Amino acid sequence: MLAQYWPILLFIGVAAGLGVVLLIIGMLAGPRRPAAIKLAPYECGFEAFEDARMRFDVRYYLLAILFIIFDLEIAFLFPWAVVFQHIGLVALIEMALFLLLLVVGFAYVWKKGALEWE
Amino acid sequence: MGEQLLNELVLPVVYILCIAVPLILAVAMFVYWERKVIGWMHVRMGPNKVGPWGLLQAFADVVKLLIKEVILPSSANRFLYYLAPLLALVPAFAAWAVVPFDDRMVLANVNAGLLYLLAMTSLGVYGIILAGWASNSRYALLGAMRSAAQVISYELAMGLSLVCVLVLAGSLNLTDIVHAQAGGKGLFDWFWLPLLPVFIVYFISGVAETNRAPFDVAEGESEIVAGFHVEYSGSAFAIFFLAEYANMILVSFLASIFFLGGWLSPLQGWIHADAPNWVNWIWTGSIIWLLIKAFLMSFLFLWFRATFPRYRYDQIMRLGWKVFIPITIVWVLVAGCMKYFGLVLAGTGA
Repeated sequence: MLAQYWPILLFIGVAAGLGVVLLIIGMLAGPRRPAAIKLAPYECGFEAFEDARMRFDVRYYLLAILFIIFDLEIAFLFPWAVVFQHIGLVALIEMALFLLLLVVGFAYVWKKGALEWE
Repeated sequence: MGEQLLNELVLPVVYILCIAVPLILAVAMFVYWERKVIGWMHVRMGPNKVGPWGLLQAFADVVKLLIKEVILPSSANRFLYYLAPLLALVPAFAAWAVVPFDDRMVLANVNAGLLYLLAMTSLGVYGIILAGWASNSRYALLGAMRSAAQVISYELAMGLSLVCVLVLAGSLNLTDIVHAQAGGKGLFDWFWLPLLPVFIVYFISGVAETNRAPFDVAEGESEIVAGFHVEYSGSAFAIFFLAEYANMILVSFLASIFFLGGWLSPLQGWIHADAPNWVNWIWTGSIIWLLIKAFLMSFLFLWFRATFPRYRYDQIMRLGWKVFIPITIVWVLVAGCMKYFGLVLAGTGA
């Protein structure tokens, strides 16, 4: 059972190896002539005033939270979808209720304006 | 001992290379094809100097990228800066482990293949956000925030549309999902017909997930230069490039497998002739059909890019959250009813 996943692990290893090899080739084959201006962060010609890791819009944070909630809900849908044909009507009604709850939450988020980007 | 080593290590690695090497070549050819197609759509020639018809252009670009300097910006975080391209590349390649190319041609025929694919495609966002943060450049950080927010938004719509596929197929195994689309009516048995709105949502989400035009605000060269990989150069940039194009090809393959019947023939059940093998595949199905379908789907990426102007960021978010998610939630129930009332006889196919 678990042995089936062995090639997947190998594939991840091969892909990581490919990336590392490409990076190493690039570093060995390319020139290395650092200069202060060249290594400065890109700022359209002037020097950076301060660290780039500044405060960012809180809506990104809100979006991440919403994503976690909705992605979890979707994760709950997967086992349902797989066994759906064996359970039948009960599963259909149950999922309709579950989705209804999801939609109520979604409508609340929408109404509160959490999805607005102006 | 020697035989065990052969079976458990050498053979799988050979198979993996049989997927990865054609994939890299496909990326190279796809880059060439993109420039050529967009050239034609602009009434230009496209690349035509390197090799016959410019065919070697992509390889010349690879060599150029590999011998350029890899710049590490002075204020960047060294470890994360080099880790980010790897985190973008690994999921884009490793996802191919469960893609079935033919009835028996699949590296790992695992029973949770679809979950694995979702996990892998979700991991791609770490490469983006880490690249933006580690570069310590404003443009990179802004591009990374935009990209990440966009990718996770469209991931919801993508996940919900896959639930619809799952309801009809009743299995997480990709080979079983393709088998569930087999039947006597050829292409009318495939899931694109009962799941038409979801198919469209899935593909558009795929375009948004890969940050391609018209959803490429992260790149937005006129406002934030190149987005999260603005500080990357040389081979580090090449890795991001490779990952992006491998992801595009992956989305094309997955759309073909989930909605267009994978390797199945569109003429299945229409013709019952006994012909030699080299003609037989036309109606019995083979990897050639999968490649044709994936090629057509990937062509759409290029067509979109040449046709549509870039969306504004709030429009992208509105489309993802307020249009796609409601559509897919409704269609999960519709698909459930279709399955329950037997309107789609999936899983019964030959």
